[in-house]
Amino acid sequence: MELNLLLLATVDGLSYAGLLFLISLGLTLICGVFGVINVAHGSLYAFGGYSAASLLAWLLPHTASAVVLVGSLFVAAAVVGGCLGALLERGLLRHFQDRDPVLQLLVTFAAFMMLEDVQRMVWGATPVNAGDLATRLGTTDLLGVTFMNYQLAFIPGVALVAYAGLQFLLRHSTAGRQIVAVIHHRETATALGINAARVGTLTFALAGALGALGGALSVPMTSFVPGLGAEMIVTSFAVIATAGLGQITGALVASVLIGMARSLAVYTLPELEVVMPYLMMVAVLLVRPHGLFSVTAARRI
Amino acid sequence: MRRTTFIAAVAAAVVLMLGAGWALPWSRMPIITFLCFGLAALGLTVLMRAGQVSFGHAMYAAIGGYATAFTVRAFPGADGLVAVAAGVVASLAIGAVVAAFVSRYRGIFFGMLNLGLSMVLFSLAGKLYGWTGGTDGLRFERPALLGMALERGQFELAMLVLTLALAVAVAWAVQRYFVSSSGQVMLAIRTNETRLEYIGLSARMVLAEGYVLSAGLVGLAGALLALVQSLVTPESGYWIRSGEYVFIAILGGSGHAAGAFLGAAVFELIKLAAAAYFTNAWQILLGATLIAVIFFAPQGIVGWRRRAPRQTLPQEAR
Repeated sequence: MELNLLLLATVDGLSYAGLLFLISLGLTLICGVFGVINVAHGSLYAFGGYSAASLLAWLLPHTASAVVLVGSLFVAAAVVGGCLGALLERGLLRHFQDRDPVLQLLVTFAAFMMLEDVQRMVWGATPVNAGDLATRLGTTDLLGVTFMNYQLAFIPGVALVAYAGLQFLLRHSTAGRQIVAVIHHRETATALGINAARVGTLTFALAGALGALGGALSVPMTSFVPGLGAEMIVTSFAVIATAGLGQITGALVASVLIGMARSLAVYTLPELEVVMPYLMMVAVLLVRPHGLFSVTAARRI
Repeated sequence: MRRTTFIAAVAAAVVLMLGAGWALPWSRMPIITFLCFGLAALGLTVLMRAGQVSFGHAMYAAIGGYATAFTVRAFPGADGLVAVAAGVVASLAIGAVVAAFVSRYRGIFFGMLNLGLSMVLFSLAGKLYGWTGGTDGLRFERPALLGMALERGQFELAMLVLTLALAVAVAWAVQRYFVSSSGQVMLAIRTNETRLEYIGLSARMVLAEGYVLSAGLVGLAGALLALVQSLVTPESGYWIRSGEYVFIAILGGSGHAAGAFLGAAVFELIKLAAAAYFTNAWQILLGATLIAVIFFAPQGIVGWRRRAPRQTLPQEAR
């Protein structure tokens, strides 16, 4: 393979991995606290993307400042994702907390179906994107190949900041340490005076914001159509299963692995592009049945 | 429910469906679809009795469908029944291979691995244009059924009778399996797998058997659906379709084989009602029904009447 092509594939893969990581992070966080895979996370991704596109479309005639526009992506994601996430937990999952995890998963699947229709009602079926934002951040030449800064630096940067930020939050902030305590043992944490219900809502809001951020950041690069949320949730399932459920560092490594595998496939074996994440997952799970970073202890963080 | 009442109810339903299919040609396709969804959901019920949910079982419907299509296209004189049998055999064979390693996993990983495999298959079916016809699917000539070359209307009626007969026979057999010792061991996997190993039974073997059975059932449904439409598409193996099968199985409940068909009937009714009154919101309707069922009747329709005492034990050992 030519060096240029390899470089292209690497940058593509890393930016895709960044988006994938943001989404998987939310998914794996919820999985840690609740032991549930939240299928509705795919809708949060889609809602984040669509609302960011709407906000951008409304802002573009008023301002030309790239900072405001990029900031609006984060605002849209935090507001829409945070609110929807908290609403999902308060309105729905809280009432199913003691049920079989499989039933809880189905509840989130039902929520996903409903949100998918809501999304179709609000934004219709026409493709939505915000491509000119990515071009506004300028380009960089690397070894004779021109890259958009948005893809080259911004997305991987945001993903790394989110990773470091979340690790810092979980280790050093009160709310974060409460989350960790609830992940370790809900009953004990409650006995110690931690309000587990509040922690649950907080986790869902945080995870929702992360998922929506993944959507908002991808809207300048991909066109949003109905069904994209489903595709993304399935891919990020593959990421967190490869990583080991609830593993944050694992999710980072698995996102990079899967992102790179996918983009290398795009340039070498295009037929296999969509299949790569699942092939990676199946390969990893065959060797390590509970994921790359699974811990032997009964509780997984 | 008493046995005679139950048999009378089944007989009444069969007569009703035959009558409707005879008198109202438009009702044939919905009834066949309902029966096929019931068969597929029955396959998921088998696994659900062991506490496992597969989010990828629609892949066996696709395998059954494609095997049917390949058979009809490769052997132009082949009978429709032979093609369906080829579909079932193909899904049983692939199910057996997959079962060999999927049976190691439980819970979310079991569901995820199936999902992953089904997505691989779905993508390949969409991409390998030369063999599968890509996303448009594979069309084939309507084959003869039991040696009779039939018109479209007659063919649908004949398929209705065939599907109905198969559904009743298969549901009876599966119910026998549920009460057999193998079927009871499946229930024990859900209750306590460790104890099962202690009495010397291999949970893995039993689950693998159940998995192959469920693959065959879904494959049969897929093959029949493909045959009646003379078309098979990758969509038949998409994970949303798997989710619908799971939905039906939950709706019906896993207490009895009839549950899958009751669930499928409710599912079809919701779909018909939504198509008539809420064209844009049928998924909202489905989602709301699913949530309501899980909240009020977690045992499904068949479990509604004989509700088990609610378990209030803390889920400590998770």
